Amino acid sequence: MIIKCPYCGPRDVIEFTYQGDATRKRPDPSSTDQNLWNAYIYDRSNPAKSHREFWLHTGGCRQHLVVTRDMSTHSISSVGFARDSKHAGDQ
Amino acid sequence: MTSSRLPNGGQIERAKSVGFTFDGRAYSGHPGDTLASALLANGVTLFGRSFKYHRPRGLLAAGSDEPNALVTIISGDVREPNVRATELEIFDGLAVQSQNRFPSLEHDLMAVNQLAGSLLSAGFYYKTFMGPAIGPLKSTRFWMFCERFIRRAAGLGKAGIAADPDRYERMNAFCDVLVVGSGPAGLIAAEAAAATGARVIIAEERPVAGGSLLASGEIIDGRNPAVWAREKAEALANLPNVRFLTRTSVWGYYDGNVLTAVQRVSDHKPNRTKGQPRQRHWVIRAGKTILATGAFERPIVFPGNDCPGVMLADAVRRFAVEYGVAAGKNVAFFTNNDSAYDAARTLSLAGIAVTTIVDVRPDVSGACRDIANILGAELLLGSAVTGTHAGKSLSAITVQHFNMTTGRISGAPREIKTDCLGVSGGWSPVIHLASQAGGKPEWDEDLQAFLAPEPNQNWVVTGSAAGYMDTISVLSDAATKGSAKSRLVLPSVEAPMLDSSPAPVFEIEPAGKSQKAFVDFQHDVTASDIRLAYREGFHSVEHLKRYTTLGMATDQGKTSNVPGLAIMADIRGISIPDAGTTRFRAPFTPVSMGAIAGERYGDLRPHRLTPMHDWHISNGAKTYEAGLWHRPMIYGSHGETIEQAYTREARAVREGVGIVDVSTLGKIDIQGPDAAEFLDRVYTNMFSTLPVGKARYGLMLREDGIVFDDGTTWRLGETQFLMTTTTANAGPVMQHLEYYLDCVWPELRVHLTSVTDVWAGAAISGPKSRSVLETCVTGTKVDNTALPFMGIVYGRIADIPVMICRLSFSGELAYEVYSGAGHGTRIWEALIAAGKQFDIVPYGLEALGTLRIEKGHVTGAEIDGRTTAHDLHLGWMLSKKKTYIGSAMINRPGLKDEHRLSLVGLISLDNQSINGGSHIVSDKTPREPADSFGHVTAACYSPALGKYIALALVKHGTSMIGKRAFATDLLRDKHGAVEIVSHHMFDKDGSRMHG
Ligand SMILES: [Zn+2]
Repeated sequence: MIIKCPYCGPRDVIEFTYQGDATRKRPDPSSTDQNLWNAYIYDRSNPAKSHREFWLHTGGCRQHLVVTRDMSTHSISSVGFARDSKHAGDQ
Repeated sequence: MTSSRLPNGGQIERAKSVGFTFDGRAYSGHPGDTLASALLANGVTLFGRSFKYHRPRGLLAAGSDEPNALVTIISGDVREPNVRATELEIFDGLAVQSQNRFPSLEHDLMAVNQLAGSLLSAGFYYKTFMGPAIGPLKSTRFWMFCERFIRRAAGLGKAGIAADPDRYERMNAFCDVLVVGSGPAGLIAAEAAAATGARVIIAEERPVAGGSLLASGEIIDGRNPAVWAREKAEALANLPNVRFLTRTSVWGYYDGNVLTAVQRVSDHKPNRTKGQPRQRHWVIRAGKTILATGAFERPIVFPGNDCPGVMLADAVRRFAVEYGVAAGKNVAFFTNNDSAYDAARTLSLAGIAVTTIVDVRPDVSGACRDIANILGAELLLGSAVTGTHAGKSLSAITVQHFNMTTGRISGAPREIKTDCLGVSGGWSPVIHLASQAGGKPEWDEDLQAFLAPEPNQNWVVTGSAAGYMDTISVLSDAATKGSAKSRLVLPSVEAPMLDSSPAPVFEIEPAGKSQKAFVDFQHDVTASDIRLAYREGFHSVEHLKRYTTLGMATDQGKTSNVPGLAIMADIRGISIPDAGTTRFRAPFTPVSMGAIAGERYGDLRPHRLTPMHDWHISNGAKTYEAGLWHRPMIYGSHGETIEQAYTREARAVREGVGIVDVSTLGKIDIQGPDAAEFLDRVYTNMFSTLPVGKARYGLMLREDGIVFDDGTTWRLGETQFLMTTTTANAGPVMQHLEYYLDCVWPELRVHLTSVTDVWAGAAISGPKSRSVLETCVTGTKVDNTALPFMGIVYGRIADIPVMICRLSFSGELAYEVYSGAGHGTRIWEALIAAGKQFDIVPYGLEALGTLRIEKGHVTGAEIDGRTTAHDLHLGWMLSKKKTYIGSAMINRPGLKDEHRLSLVGLISLDNQSINGGSHIVSDKTPREPADSFGHVTAACYSPALGKYIALALVKHGTSMIGKRAFATDLLRDKHGAVEIVSHHMFDKDGSRMHG
């Protein structure tokens, strides 16, 4: 798999660290809703279609990227900096 | 034995000869020979014994699809098993053994397995050995008894145990176009691609280019096709934008058009050129991949089809044309398609007599009839081979009438003498790489074969791999696939007009009892095994594969997949594509572990050394590895034991002064207007209130409320902090912080920089530590007012700027002195010199651990990914005034359960050491299993207490204080009484470090 880092260019997946589902939204820190927190911390979906996920360019610019990847074909449709996508978990 | 070498022909160097041995016996061949062709030329027809039944086996194929002729190469103590004789190029001194025979290939005792054939049929292992014992002969325990006998009887070659003496290399390559295969399609596609200026890599698994052209009887551009191919390949290789790799098998196709290949650089040489690797492993990132991988001929499944002398029709042709070897003197063919006629024609051009052509079809084209006529071969239409006769190899075949529509055999058997039968059951395009890339193959009714699917990556298939079976259409397809704008002038081709569509006949099923009919030669799977699998309910192709092991040998069913599927489809009365397809997996052909490892073997980890490492070594430090770091364990002297050394060092810290290298602590520079806010969110306690010039101990949780890491963080400025982490967690903490800044709180204006390697750190501890600093520090005072507990000052030592923070891990008055890493040793030496009058002692990790165990301070042994702040008595650090990572989850019932393990101290009551990892039990005597209610996390001898002590995580920890228990370690046979005490075992009120 090759991920096109917007800063470093196309790089082999070996340079990256998978950092999890990018569609989750962290609950309001003051929320005491245990179900909400449980879902955020433990529940993960694994859809056989396009999915957004965080990848850290560990061996490169050390930026977290939001990678939109088809989980069944591994084809990547978009890559952007996590910091740029406001509230990465919203979509 | 008589020579089967033809008087002329073949692409071998007849003027030179090469000597090699097979099973200890000397033979000779010529450069250009494979082991298969050279042995065949020497009259050898028996190449190995089969996997389960130890049946004598000869050659079936001539290339990488060969299932039978697997051999072991012997080189000193090194054995390389399961090498295909059809790919092994001979060289002077090559020594090869046949496989799976005992005691010898000719006389194999295990061939009795043939008599016990029904015992070893499909599913034998499952039925006999799985499940509960019902009677004495059925159970896994019975399997354990029988295993060694069966393992000896069934199997392929044996791996050696000697270390591999060879060197392997790895290469990364990039290209616009990768062409896999250099037959007619590959050559033309590469030429068309190269003409566009693209960077082209061509990978050919054989020693020379040409593919099917090497054994073709056609004429291309008025020339011998092998010559045409050689010239074309040479011209391509000379282009500046083309890299031509021969002896290179592309074995894997991965995401992102990444392909892997193995190049056999010097496997074919008697002596390796200095510096040359045995094999080179390539990772090729291709813009576009052109799969010109050709097609494999399929056998027809019929009784007795594994007799040596029964070969694929194309293999018979290849041995004759490429190597000048006659696989037989009177060759017969058995076919369901026209390609065998072309093989017969070519064979006759090479001077070998073709006596008979048996064809399942009731009628054939005029072109086929013409060929049979010209060759003077008897043409038996509507017929099939229904048996073979053999001594050591084929002597005759039995032929009967065969009705293609009903599949029925009729009429009297007729015996026809022949010493070689060329079989053609049609052709299977080699779609392995396309299948690996992710596509599901599609059935082609005309070809009776699977074709590659629509590409899911940037690849195209061309030539016979794409189902084009005649040279003219192969060439024009390849030119287009090489470049859509190709203007190549294609060569002229003179070839007979033959039809590539086979009749849909895969198996000749005998009416009654008959010889075994093999589908998978390498795994000894027969047509009756497939029927048995069906009867026992294994219908889907995935079940069939696993029950019979069809297609699961090292050849991955190159010759057996389609016939196997066809038989199952026929039994079930459904079409072949409905019966299923199997997905091919990497590797296409077996790859040696050494090639994949390349130069990456032995200790691959980097070694991290602190700036003061050399000083430690030259001052007697014994080091050990903490993660990647090498750290002093003790500074031993005068024949001290480890315990004596760390006791001496720890005592020096409590009574005088010691110095320890703390450069390995993780250090992160945190800057920005929101740095304080950020720290408030990641630490459980408050950092925004920390004044500039002060440090604070901080605790981090994971989001789930479990303790993650601890350390001190120093406020160097209003918007600048220096965070320290434990040595082990330096990387994970950095990644944790980066994640929250990038993904959760992108609005925070904070920047992180790892500065672990930028600073050298030395901690000096003990009642006399301040005196040492007063002796050597200039530019600042270090008294209690100028440098209070947790204070930070800047000064100089040996005229080098340093930053000093007063904090303590040992529980003594202590300071950490930081300087630029390059000055580390100089500062260290200056501190040692200044401490000389106070008898300063350098101490290692053992003493450091002892001091912290005495104080009940936690490290990674207690922060083990399961403990909460309350478990470790750090609940006081959980701020109630703010939220932080983990704050939402710390009050979950499970994390507040009173039965949880919590931190306590242990004191040995029998004056014996306590083993780390011991279980805490209430039994007086060792017992297994015992009810454990805790475990020891760290243990030492405490010089301050004069006792063996430990830290432990114990159920109901606090309420157990004062009680007695036993620490038991059954593995190391240790069991002793302990008293459970508070984890603060020394200087409970902390007066020593605040003094
Ligand atoms: Zn990057």
